[in-house]
Amino acid sequence: MLKVSLYRYNPEVDQEPYMQDVEIDTAGKDLMVLDVLELLKAKDPSLAYRRSCREGVCGSDGMNMNGKNGLACITPISEALKNGKGGNTLVLRPLPGLPVIRDLVIDMSLFYQQYEKVKPYLVNNTPAPAIERLQSPEERAKLDGLYECILCACCSTACPSFWWNPDRFIGPSGLLQAYRFLADSRDTATEQRLSELDDPFSVFRCHGIQNCVNVCPKGLNPTKAIGHIRNMLLSRGT
Amino acid sequence: MVKAVTSFGGSGLSDWLVQRVSGVVLLAYFLVVGSFLVCNGAELTYEQWSAYFDSTFMRVFSTAAVLSVVAHSWIGLWSVSTDYLTERMMGGKGTVLRLAFQAASAVVLFTYLVWGIQILWS
Ligand code: SF4
Ligand code: SF4
Ligand code: FES
Repeated sequence: MLKVSLYRYNPEVDQEPYMQDVEIDTAGKDLMVLDVLELLKAKDPSLAYRRSCREGVCGSDGMNMNGKNGLACITPISEALKNGKGGNTLVLRPLPGLPVIRDLVIDMSLFYQQYEKVKPYLVNNTPAPAIERLQSPEERAKLDGLYECILCACCSTACPSFWWNPDRFIGPSGLLQAYRFLADSRDTATEQRLSELDDPFSVFRCHGIQNCVNVCPKGLNPTKAIGHIRNMLLSRGT
Repeated sequence: MVKAVTSFGGSGLSDWLVQRVSGVVLLAYFLVVGSFLVCNGAELTYEQWSAYFDSTFMRVFSTAAVLSVVAHSWIGLWSVSTDYLTERMMGGKGTVLRLAFQAASAVVLFTYLVWGIQILWS
């Protein structure tokens, strides 16, 4: 039997959130955490969480497992337990720092607002060529490690700077996307993008703690992208 | 809403640069003064110490160090106060507390500045 400690909160009934202790039979298998949640939901349909692809692609089931953010669908129980907090009990909480809607479901509005701020789309006002805007293989390679982000929010909700200022610090996920378009040879709005980032909060609240790198389920490195943005600001401003 | 106007230069980049440069100045200053202390260790007299700080170089260097302390501390304290003393963290009284904290920091740092310059150049 696997012991699970679950964060529960239903604002319609509960005064405040509480941790619920449950046990579940995993038949001795090292299931993924999402499978455990499915088993638990079969017993108690009131349990709420987000999920869709169950293979680490959609980014909906980001949650905090034994103290570390990650995707439940690609995290085996054994790996979650290795995160340290909770001993042999699987401890599941919503991603920290954002308002909880219910159980493991959080309100991601602030996260998306920051994403929107960086204009995550190609801006190019020159006349479009007949077929497509071409890029050399080298130019295209610059987008590797940036475009793969699935917006799961594991990184931003692990970042203390984002906890304190989620309305003004773009956060690692948004900044990774900001750099993805700054680095794109086809984008012509570099100057405008940079001028919108040069305030004391948007980029410069990053203190390089690297929590973001530590949790990204896609193995991306927002801290490095933030360093590139800072260097671009530096060479533009000096 | 915390406005950025109270930061050092209003731009994140200038704050960041000032923070790095002042950090380097302070490190250099402590290394220079520290090595003087280590070399002259036990037998250091007041006359030697005072003569050391009388040279134009040390006066200018010390002034730079005082300016660096002030700039470095202001940016650091401003950042800390806009992280923790906010409406988000503590409700309505966040703004009042933040302003009071920033005003107190400014007074203390300004005092250090005037005091330091007075000691060095009089
Ligand atoms: S490196 Fe920067 S963005 Fe990443 S967790 Fe630390 S402060 Fe946040
Ligand atoms: S950078 Fe990684 S952790 Fe952050 S949102 Fe993208 S995929 Fe998720
Ligand atoms: S369910 Fe899609 S990433 Fe986990």
